[in-house]
Amino acid sequence: MWVIYTLNGLYFAALLFLTSLGLNIILGVMGILNLAHGSFYAIGAFMGAWTIIQIVTKAPAPLLYVSLLSGFLLAGIVGWIMEKTLIRAMYKRTLEYQLLLTFGALLLLEDLIKMVWGGQALYASAPFDRLGKVEIMGSVYPAYFLLVIAITLCVGFLIWLFMGKTRLGIMLRAISLDREMATGLGLDISRLSTLAFVLGSGLAGLAGALVIPTTPALLGIGMEPLIFAFIVVVVGGLGSLKGALVGALLVGLTRSFGIAIFPEIELPLLFLIAGIILVAKPQGLFGR
Amino acid sequence: MELKRMLGNPRWVAYGIILLVLLFVPYLLPTFDLMLFEYGLTFGIVGLGFNLLLGYTGLLSFGHGAYFAAGAYAVAMMGKYLPQAFAMELLIPAALLFSLLVSIIFGFLCVRHTKIFFSILALSLSMLLFALIFKLYHLTGGSDGLRVPIPTILGMSFKGVRRPLFLTGTYYYFLLAMFTLSFLIMRGIVSSPFGKALQAIRDNEIRAELIGIRVRRYRLYAFCISGMYAGLGGALWSFVNGHVTADLSHWVFSGEIVYMTLLGGFGMLEGPVIGAMIFTYLKLYAMGNTEYWMFVIGATLIILVLLLPSGVSGAAAALWTKMRKGRKTEGVSC
Amino acid sequence: MLIVKELNKNFGYFQAVNNVSFEIRGGEIVSIIGTNGAGKTTLVNLISGYIKPDSGSIRFSDQDITYLSPYKRVQMGVSRSFQLIQLFEKATVLDNVRIALFSKYGMIRKAFLPADRYSSIAREAVAILDNFHLLDKKDQTPKALSEGDMKVLDVAIAFALKSKLLLLDEPTSGVATYDKFQVMDSIVSVIRKEGISSLIIEHDMDIVSGYSDRVIVMHEGQILAEGKPDEIMANKDVKAAVFGILS
Repeated sequence: MWVIYTLNGLYFAALLFLTSLGLNIILGVMGILNLAHGSFYAIGAFMGAWTIIQIVTKAPAPLLYVSLLSGFLLAGIVGWIMEKTLIRAMYKRTLEYQLLLTFGALLLLEDLIKMVWGGQALYASAPFDRLGKVEIMGSVYPAYFLLVIAITLCVGFLIWLFMGKTRLGIMLRAISLDREMATGLGLDISRLSTLAFVLGSGLAGLAGALVIPTTPALLGIGMEPLIFAFIVVVVGGLGSLKGALVGALLVGLTRSFGIAIFPEIELPLLFLIAGIILVAKPQGLFGR
Repeated sequence: MELKRMLGNPRWVAYGIILLVLLFVPYLLPTFDLMLFEYGLTFGIVGLGFNLLLGYTGLLSFGHGAYFAAGAYAVAMMGKYLPQAFAMELLIPAALLFSLLVSIIFGFLCVRHTKIFFSILALSLSMLLFALIFKLYHLTGGSDGLRVPIPTILGMSFKGVRRPLFLTGTYYYFLLAMFTLSFLIMRGIVSSPFGKALQAIRDNEIRAELIGIRVRRYRLYAFCISGMYAGLGGALWSFVNGHVTADLSHWVFSGEIVYMTLLGGFGMLEGPVIGAMIFTYLKLYAMGNTEYWMFVIGATLIILVLLLPSGVSGAAAALWTKMRKGRKTEGVSC
Repeated sequence: MLIVKELNKNFGYFQAVNNVSFEIRGGEIVSIIGTNGAGKTTLVNLISGYIKPDSGSIRFSDQDITYLSPYKRVQMGVSRSFQLIQLFEKATVLDNVRIALFSKYGMIRKAFLPADRYSSIAREAVAILDNFHLLDKKDQTPKALSEGDMKVLDVAIAFALKSKLLLLDEPTSGVATYDKFQVMDSIVSVIRKEGISSLIIEHDMDIVSGYSDRVIVMHEGQILAEGKPDEIMANKDVKAAVFGILS
């Protein structure tokens, strides 16, 4: 049983990691907390579900999985639009207005999703079903969850490479570490910010798309992941990539074991742990 | 002496006139509109307290629904477990006490941080309460929520009276009295030395600390006062609504509170009250006319932030100043 | 009054304050001079409680305040002004001083009467502004003031706290040259009148020699020399180390 709980925990953590990573990239590079981040998760979910439903009868199996990327893409595109319109307007304003603008965006996007895809739930479980189950250490476990964990590890690794080794990534990190110095170094802050926002939103969309085969796309699907992402950011530290990883693991595993042992305790336990961490380290585990 | 000063001050005269008009509202509005007005008044109370935290202390909480819910559920749960004690004189203190308790606990965790961290924490904690209310359905009714019966007020029983009649009669005046009291108290608070200290904290935290103001502690005071106001608003709201659900602690509901405050303008005391009134009608109008009312609210919020950042009261104040300046110059150029 | 002993503070590998010891007696005005990065501001931050030292001690009025929080030090009588002006931007000049007085008298808990009713506080604030020649500007906000006036206001706020020790961090920086002496005159006359001790960080030797009882020279975190202004002016090591800022 422990194997299953751990794997479940890793699965939650994987999705959480993608979402929080996105949130943290935006926070780190732009200093903006995007309250509408959950809506990008939802956009990814709906787009992924819709694509799969369109092609499930016609396309070969591998394409089904690739089509989940459509969620990543659409979320990125919408993110690009949002950055160019709203976020631009936010730079000169104080935090209150930033939060209010993203909150307004959240309301807008939630209804936009409703307008585009209707209010019904979209089921697209084919990718999950097709993979069946595998045997791990004596327990039987759905293979799709393992695929998600694997994909997340790859994405995480790619981002790590990007941030650490590529010029673009290093520039992004420079901005998040010290914005003023970065401008002094002649970095094009506005283009890089757009990149950060698109990337961050895309990651949320990817997480949303990945979850689709296991659960239907419903209105409001992005709400809960957003709250968990917040907890991860609080625990892991604002704008920290390492923090997103550790935080996601902590939250994912706690959640998994919490639900298994005593379902009611899940959220309070999480908050208790988060509270203890905050009291000891007010900036979060890896925060500045 | 106090009264004379007040009569001379145009602001107090305006307040007096408004209060007079408010006394007659039950005769001017049909039942449904009156209930809507009452919703607006309860949110106005919440807004007054919220503004202390946002406008005067500089802290933005996207989690004030938690304290609103605390007050509302205090009332509802007393209705469930202590029906024999369901008297207004006990209910209001209970709501205030419970919301104070929750704000002390949550506030203590939040005020150690500022800006983004503070906002995230306040938000997350309200969602914790939301989840708790949701899950402990044996106690709280979970997603079904709890009914709120009609209480006795000062010994007067309303047995057999139907809710709309209760609301348009005695309850309206009780609510008005509570609102007026809350307003006067808040007015006192913001112009007091305490209020000045909060503003100092908002303006320059470092300097405030180095003047000897214990920043964290005073933030917590402001947090708790605003929490109690939210709780009072929640309790009073629950009588109008007749029913409480966990949504009251959801962060999107808290977002509506923030919206109201912004709409009205958080530079002035009266701002959030105006905002609460306008928002109540705006939301109803949107919900009544389209299924995409969230889009409407979201769009208006964005437009508001971009075009009218100091809210309705801020814009009105600016207009007033412009008009006065205009009149002055007109008088001079003869 | 103030005894600083073997104070040390480093930030990572950078030793900002290195084994600094000195004393300030009651009623003395002591200036600290030195190049940028010599550790002067760090020293003031340590004394005012904004940061804590790695080792060493600070004693004020015979009490150890080394690790005391800023607001407690303020209560004991240590207050400071800032190099980058720290004022309450949205309050009037009068209110900037009033809030300091309210805090000093422990009145900020009073939440029910309007601040304006406390007329004794208002009178005292007016008197302070008068002393600092800011009375005519009492209803303006800091935005409307000149650089020099803002600096004086900053000092007035620190002064309102009835401190026994005033730490002034570059009180004339950012002030136009022809105003500098006026600013210092206003400030120092009040200080002398009340017999307050003061530690002033300054760059300008002219200012320093005109107003200080003693001068301490800091260089790369350590004390290089200490003495009366004319002694320091004549000191060869000092001239070599801080060459370029002596006018």
